[in-house]
Amino acid sequence: MNNFDVTVIGGGPAGLAAAIKACDEGARVLLIEREERLGGMLKQCIHDGFGLSRFGERLAGPEYVERFMDKLSEKTVDVRLLTFVTRIEKTAEGFCVVTVSRDGLERISTKTIVLATGCRERTAKQVFIHGTRPAGVFTAGTAQHFTNRLGVMPTKKCVILGSGDIGLIMARRLTLEGAKVLGVYEINPTPSGLTRNIHQCLHDYDIPLYLSHTVTRVFGADRLEAVEICEVDESYKPIESTKVRVDCDALIVSVGLIPENELAESVGVELDSHTKGPVCDCQLMTSVDGIFSCGNALHVNDLVDFVSASGELAGLSAAHYAKKAQCKVNIKIGNEFLYLVPQQLDLNADNSRVTFYFRSKAVREKSLLRLTVDGQEVFKRVYPFLRPPEMQQLVLNMDKFAVQNGSDVRFSIEVAE
Amino acid sequence: MKSFNCIGCPKGCLLCVEEENGEFTVTGNTCENGKRFAISEMTEPKRTICSTVKTVFEDAPVLPVKVSSDIPKDRIFDVMREINAVLLDKRIDRGDTVIENVLGLGVDVISTSDILNRK
Repeated sequence: MNNFDVTVIGGGPAGLAAAIKACDEGARVLLIEREERLGGMLKQCIHDGFGLSRFGERLAGPEYVERFMDKLSEKTVDVRLLTFVTRIEKTAEGFCVVTVSRDGLERISTKTIVLATGCRERTAKQVFIHGTRPAGVFTAGTAQHFTNRLGVMPTKKCVILGSGDIGLIMARRLTLEGAKVLGVYEINPTPSGLTRNIHQCLHDYDIPLYLSHTVTRVFGADRLEAVEICEVDESYKPIESTKVRVDCDALIVSVGLIPENELAESVGVELDSHTKGPVCDCQLMTSVDGIFSCGNALHVNDLVDFVSASGELAGLSAAHYAKKAQCKVNIKIGNEFLYLVPQQLDLNADNSRVTFYFRSKAVREKSLLRLTVDGQEVFKRVYPFLRPPEMQQLVLNMDKFAVQNGSDVRFSIEVAE
Repeated sequence: MKSFNCIGCPKGCLLCVEEENGEFTVTGNTCENGKRFAISEMTEPKRTICSTVKTVFEDAPVLPVKVSSDIPKDRIFDVMREINAVLLDKRIDRGDTVIENVLGLGVDVISTSDILNRK
């Protein structure tokens, strides 16, 4: 059978949650995964701390995601592994999803699509580093794959660029396995990862963190031999006089994640320049009718629990999708925000329980979040602090705020008294 | 007074601990776990270990494992040596024991994945 109500693309935590939910709601569901095993990146995230809010337990990545895989195996979801989506076409009934696998090319007809394609790491080539192109320059995720899936150590002595969570986790992991991590260098004046990871991954193992520092050059012909480190000024410009050479056999970069949305863009899904993910309404439907987005493809989350929740919402919405008139109102944000999702409100939908996720642009002390509709304050909340690495979740009944077609709906953050 | 971040959850509260005659006063915590963590940090710091053990199987050369509960922080590298001495030749399941009562610490090293066993 190649005819489905909901086709979920991506078998990580978001896609698993979406497929399970859509199936529970009675939809005929297809789940497509390009790897030979479901689970996405959590297969290699062997550290614990997953599922605190969903299960009240501190699970390792595989433990968390395998609970969903167990659940999925009880459902009637059609799962296709080692299958890659090459194209999505719009049809009269919905969409045609073109896949390649060992069975060759297939055309699948589906009413709706849930994009659960996750995110990708920014590579060393996407940050400005001079020098040769030796082996030994890895993204943190690649180093993690080597260490945790293949059982091969990628380094004996390394430098980590960027203080994102995966970089911090890998600093600890490589140290546990006997490698020397000389330091974590962060170009920003504040860490990019969660505070608890700074404590349990770096402080616990006496790994130094150098803020306002970056790698400016790599040395080595076949294998990396050293990197050049520079302090940077307030405008992120390297200060020449602070240049030092550090001998190492690997440079591990943890410099950010970007939602993967090539497929989305190819069918005209509008992206948000802040999140790099699709612009969605509160049901997680994108600008293309019948295409939904969730998980790290929608925006990069710091907790998998949020990823699963958004997958469930996208799966639920896709299962109940029916073409109907929409009345979309943009939700505006002040420039104190890094981003806020969802970005739109469809007034013809049920918005009695909307979950917003947001990050502040800068580290802030006691702050007041305010929501106004046509200039009238309808909601406010005080936060003791806001930090860009720590995403905030806010659940609101938007139906009670009398939003109308053309209303000005606006979130702002200001200093709290 | 000592101050450090809680590692119990992503909030990462900044905890302050004051010691007076063996009694601890904790501030900055937003839950009971924070208080427990703060006192444990002052008396007997504990941590978990998540790692991998080598296997004989080509489809999964390593299996993810963890300790069944926290161990003293200063024994981490001792336990890592035990974990790295394992070569697994049975297709065990998630939750199964890999090393029982490791180094007599009263905790087991257990599998955290069914990668060797999933149909």
